[in-house]
Amino acid sequence: MMKATGLNRAKIAQTVGFNLLRLVTVITVIPIIGLVAYIVISGAPAISWEFISSAPSNGMREGGILPAIVGTLYLTLGTAIFSVPIGVLAGIYLAEYAEENILTRIIRIAIINLAGIPSVVYGLFGLGLFVLFLKLGTSILAASLTLSIMTLPVIISTTEEALRSVPNSFRVVSTSLGATRWQTVRRITLPQALPGIITGIILGLERAAGETAPILFTGATFFLPQLPQSPLDATMALPYHIFVISTQIPGMPIQIQYGTVLVLLVFVLGMNLIATLIRSRARAKRQW
Amino acid sequence: MRKQEKKGDLVINSVIRITGYSSILFVVLILFFLLREGLPALSSTPLSAIFSTRWYPIEGYYGILPLILGSLLITIASTLIALPFGIGTAVFLSEIAPPWLRDILKPIIEILAGIPSVVLGFIGILVFAPFFRNFLDIPTGLTAFTGAILLALISIPTIVSVAEDALNTVPNSYRQASLALGATQWQTIWDVTLPAAKTGVLTAVMLGIGRSLGETMAVMMVTGNAPVMPLQLNSLFRPVRTMTATIASEMGEVASGSQHYQVLFFIGITLFLLSLVINITASLVSTKARQRSERLLS
Repeated sequence: MMKATGLNRAKIAQTVGFNLLRLVTVITVIPIIGLVAYIVISGAPAISWEFISSAPSNGMREGGILPAIVGTLYLTLGTAIFSVPIGVLAGIYLAEYAEENILTRIIRIAIINLAGIPSVVYGLFGLGLFVLFLKLGTSILAASLTLSIMTLPVIISTTEEALRSVPNSFRVVSTSLGATRWQTVRRITLPQALPGIITGIILGLERAAGETAPILFTGATFFLPQLPQSPLDATMALPYHIFVISTQIPGMPIQIQYGTVLVLLVFVLGMNLIATLIRSRARAKRQW
Repeated sequence: MRKQEKKGDLVINSVIRITGYSSILFVVLILFFLLREGLPALSSTPLSAIFSTRWYPIEGYYGILPLILGSLLITIASTLIALPFGIGTAVFLSEIAPPWLRDILKPIIEILAGIPSVVLGFIGILVFAPFFRNFLDIPTGLTAFTGAILLALISIPTIVSVAEDALNTVPNSYRQASLALGATQWQTIWDVTLPAAKTGVLTAVMLGIGRSLGETMAVMMVTGNAPVMPLQLNSLFRPVRTMTATIASEMGEVASGSQHYQVLFFIGITLFLLSLVINITASLVSTKARQRSERLLS
């Protein structure tokens, strides 16, 4: 009898516990869906061809957001130019070349640190090194370099992980056929790991595209009458523009604010979606 | 032909090797330039003035204690909020949810990780702040609490994914042994799986804390930006100012090389060191756990 009540109690505890966890998960997930839906519904009426193809006018209160869109594209592209080659090569080093020694441990600690440094501290660093010391000024170039270093740890880690998931037998066979280490990497492991690497690159760039703090003092500007002409020009950018129109300009029409937020969200989550699709397609096609 | 290829290999191999080391270089560069711009603050401003309680740069008060405490208050509050939801969701995903539900929920949580913090700050201003002002009947909704809620949203994806990974690495034999001994699934989760994944879960929490501490835009937009010492009981429901928000909002207006500029960099050094300690501890904890589990399983 005693045993039965004990068992009952355990069963009740399980029912209560499971439902509690279900509730917690629902409370975590619902706001995410709500948030995205809210932005889509509130922002959609503002979206028009004119909105994404013309410059702001009348102190941002009218017109579109073209310079901010183009600026964010430039910054994302600039970040890719620097961070993709360095990140992928460093990932290859860790997965295929590095031995487990003290130096490799230091490299790993350095990567963990790069991943943890607050974004605004990257901004300070970019200001100190690129803007002032290297005299690049507040420019697309300085901001891209700053964002690149911030993005590196993501690209390095995902590249390494993607390469490590390629079965070792691939390497053994390739080497036994007389291929050098680099030939094995280039012909065998890298192509196999490519979808994973591309997914990592997109996720890293997605984060860079949405960042504000690192570009605050390195490349972003409040307003630009025309599009930037060279990498040494400062630029408008969607995240910084959202900050400006939601906090710095009194009487800003709410429609434009929601519209701008929606454009950034579509840009960023679109990249996210592409990355997810590449990953799941590669998983489905994979033969090992 | 073969020799030529070997020569080419030599070049690419050294390029790869050097690039591999570059992360160390970047960390050193970051530290160097922070110190270069920020250390002079110590000669222009005595330590006792830096670690005092008044931040009012226009009149030459550079006390960063209110900023440090502001960051701590928001970080602690957000961690307390994020913890039950983050860990609870991770346990649900890893131990209870059927695979099809997991495949739906995980991408949704990844979406949250992808939302830029400036967007969350925007929603914070327009939705959360007015809601809390009315709901709690306080003079302004731009408070430490609103910031903590946003930070909880920002750190939840990190906590969920790291904690779920940790739970997934617990060998299934542990669960089976526990169930075979007559424990319910709930008892197994609570008394076997979670304790076995303890260090991984701890790592998740620490990385969440790191994210909260370093977050800038969302916090700057919704916390009201008042550099006051948050020492009263109701400080959580009043405006505060964090270290990150101070740098972001003031750096644009100072002359480079001025005392104000140097102190802002000094705050940057403080943030850098704090994130260093948090991240290294988190990684040490998880390596130690991995070594231990390898020993146990071998």
